[in-house]
Amino acid sequence: MLFLVQDGITNGAIYALLGLALVLVFAVTRVILIPQGEFVTYGALTYASLSAGQMPGTAKLALVMGIAAFAFDLFAARRLLRWQKLARAFAVNVVLPGAVLALTSWLAGRHSPVLVNVGASLVIVALIGVFLYRLAFQPLAHTSVLVLLIASVGCHLAMQGLGLLFFGAEGQRGPALADAAATLGPLRFTGQSIAVYGLTVAFIVALWLFFGLTVYGKALRATAVNRLGARLVGIRTSLSGQIAFLLASVIGALSGILIVPITTLYYDTGFLIGLKGFIAAIIGGLVSYPLTAMAALLVGVVEAFSSFYASNFKEVIVFTLLIPVLLLRSLAAPAVEEEGD
Amino acid sequence: MRERWPVLVFAALMAAIPFVPDVPPFWIVLLDNIGLSALVAMGLVLLTGVGGLTSFGQAAFVGFGAYTTAVLTTAYGVSPWLALPASLAVSGIAAILLGLVTVRLSGHYLPLGTIAWGLGLFYLFSKLEFLGRNDGISAIPPLSIGALKMLDPGTIYYAIWIAVFVSALLTLNLLDSRTGRAIRALRRGHIAAEAFGVQTPRAKLLVFIHAAVLAGLSGWLYAHFQRAVNPTPFGAQAGIEYLFIAVVGGAGYVWGGVLGAAIVVVLKEVLQSYLPLLLHGEGQLEIIVFGILLVALLQLAPTGVWALVMSWLPVKAARKRPDVSLKLSPRERAPHEGGVLLQLEKARKQFGGVVAVNDVSFAVRPREIVALIGPNGAGKSTTFNLITGVLTATSGSISVLGKRLRNPPPQEVVKLGVARTFQHVKLVPDMSVLENVAIGAHLRGHAGPLASMFRLDRTDEAKLFAEAARQIERVGLAEQIDQPAGSLSLGQQRIVEIARALCADPLLLLLDEPAAGLRHMEKQRLAALLRQLRDGGMSVLLVEHDMGFVMDLADRVVVLDFGTKIAEGTPDAIKTNPEVIRAYLGAAA
Repeated sequence: MLFLVQDGITNGAIYALLGLALVLVFAVTRVILIPQGEFVTYGALTYASLSAGQMPGTAKLALVMGIAAFAFDLFAARRLLRWQKLARAFAVNVVLPGAVLALTSWLAGRHSPVLVNVGASLVIVALIGVFLYRLAFQPLAHTSVLVLLIASVGCHLAMQGLGLLFFGAEGQRGPALADAAATLGPLRFTGQSIAVYGLTVAFIVALWLFFGLTVYGKALRATAVNRLGARLVGIRTSLSGQIAFLLASVIGALSGILIVPITTLYYDTGFLIGLKGFIAAIIGGLVSYPLTAMAALLVGVVEAFSSFYASNFKEVIVFTLLIPVLLLRSLAAPAVEEEGD
Repeated sequence: MRERWPVLVFAALMAAIPFVPDVPPFWIVLLDNIGLSALVAMGLVLLTGVGGLTSFGQAAFVGFGAYTTAVLTTAYGVSPWLALPASLAVSGIAAILLGLVTVRLSGHYLPLGTIAWGLGLFYLFSKLEFLGRNDGISAIPPLSIGALKMLDPGTIYYAIWIAVFVSALLTLNLLDSRTGRAIRALRRGHIAAEAFGVQTPRAKLLVFIHAAVLAGLSGWLYAHFQRAVNPTPFGAQAGIEYLFIAVVGGAGYVWGGVLGAAIVVVLKEVLQSYLPLLLHGEGQLEIIVFGILLVALLQLAPTGVWALVMSWLPVKAARKRPDVSLKLSPRERAPHEGGVLLQLEKARKQFGGVVAVNDVSFAVRPREIVALIGPNGAGKSTTFNLITGVLTATSGSISVLGKRLRNPPPQEVVKLGVARTFQHVKLVPDMSVLENVAIGAHLRGHAGPLASMFRLDRTDEAKLFAEAARQIERVGLAEQIDQPAGSLSLGQQRIVEIARALCADPLLLLLDEPAAGLRHMEKQRLAALLRQLRDGGMSVLLVEHDMGFVMDLADRVVVLDFGTKIAEGTPDAIKTNPEVIRAYLGAAA
């Protein structure tokens, strides 16, 4: 019984990370980040490809998206061309992914240490995340949640298709981050699961510090509370959006890298994993971080038990968790007047 | 009346297409599919774009329609035409049952709830024995009129597109009516609509049923077009696709649903059949391109392609001016003999530990203007919300015309003759001033949704609009009558709210900061209007910060500070009251 709980908590920790990222992105940009699952897949499979000595297609995607983002920036600034600004945009959007691509193709031939591969994968997916916001969502920032949601589904479809193109239909596994293992009573802790716990806790603490102590974190919170107000005091809300997507993509990729040594990942697995993070985020009401983390652990444990006792209905049971929560929440919450959309 | 000829031209064009020589049969099939999707999308336009209720589950209602006719025609040998009402009824009843649960969900929970039952029903379709499980039901008879069997795509084409046109016209008629205005007000929150008697839960359920019946119609046609049904086209994937269609076409426009269906169906077809040829069938390229094009389309036209196309057209349909000579019969009034109009007796409202309104008592008599003043946070707006039933009092009593209110909903308060405006303007910005004001007369109209769909509500409507136009003229906004309410200045929007409140034919008008944002001349005009209303027999209770305005106008002033009444009297007495001066200027003064 205990090992089921342990298994559930390991998965739950991952869902917690993803749920936190979803809450973060929704609060700042009002986007329900369905492509979060693709960040997971891209991170995991980029890492697995690099470890297997192959060149991941995601590095090229990052460069292509960067060039497109630069074109968007050029178009947006066509009236007011300032060299300094342009040079900066060029450096971030073209030179940086170009350099990463060069580095990746240099890495791909040789067997580099695990941490180098992890770092390269994170950087690649982070770039994709930032450019995704710039290309797909920044031009839509003023529209309704519904339009953003549909755009989000569109991005998910495109990125999933690209995932198939880059990584093929076969599943992949990656090497573990740490080989050590320890036994405590009836439970066996692998290095990987300890890494999962450690990194999850570290990330939650880091996010907490980021939001509580740094100017950028506070800017993000301000954007989440009131976009217009944030702009009036000089916060660039597009920058807030990019930072939110940067964090979400890094979190997604990291979750992928943490799972890929444990389970085989396919190009479309990320979606289901992301969905469970999403369920946790919903139970947390898309606003509360601690509630989301708790809910994620619950989802993980319920999933572990149901896959042991009724594996056919695993997904259904997890999904059914939502219904009572939804009912409870909307009945308990007073009829809030929603201004605007 | 709206211009009808573009619709007629479009209908004639669609009717002519099958007669064009050498039209590939494949195109007709495509048009059939567009029509089927358009029906569902049209319902979503009403539900999501207009009513603000996002549903991912519409495909399930298509399934109800399709399976109902499939079972009735194959297992019981019922004629497809007799199965039609059954299909629509099953979809509608399913919508009532699901709607009663789902419509209560608010915000983001509603779309998630629809995903949940969308998945659940799909699962049900594929597990039930009498629905043929995963294999579904085949050998469904075709539609037939006499000897004409609608076997090929070219003949059922007419059945499908007649359904599309009839549904579109009925839906447009519904939107352009008393019920339609209530539906259009839903998306902007329910407080303002409820303050004028709209039963918002009922309005939500109504659009839910309308959308489901349209989906059921599409399902009925689908079953007789394909002549076989299986669960696949009624799953979550299809539900999401219908939403794509509505949003791409323009979620706020009925014809946007048709346009969106054309765009998405053709796009998918083109991508699936030509892209692999161009690029030698690499992976899931079409889905990548589809995703990217979807995002690009949304960026080009965030409010939908239909809105974009309409903005290119130079001609704007002009609305006929309402005939102001028509009279709306006055609201039925409870009999009352002079006495007190509104009486607050130790009304109290607590939010947790905060006492927002602390045992406040005062009265408003007939033909009287009473001002409620006090520093920010004194509890003035909360008092308004207590009187109008938006909030329920913690203790104490509030009576109107001697009748004690026992936590009535806002819809009941307005029936007693209390109409209000809001501190934060609550108009529907994309509706015209006239339509916004007509919402105020909601309770004075009688036409129901079915009458509206079939245009049996025109005399009722003309009277409502005549009353609205009269009130707009009265407040001095006759020139802005056809403009979208959102395009007016904030001050003018407040005046529109007053016109809307007047449309309810009230005995007591509650105005929350009516003069804020007005220029000097406008304030004087407003004061003159309010005096004229008082002399006509109405009473006014207003919250206002402009002391010059209040002291000139009010017969009596009630002063609140931190939720407690600190003074009451004539303006002159209040001006010299030391308590009031202390509250406004501090203790030292």
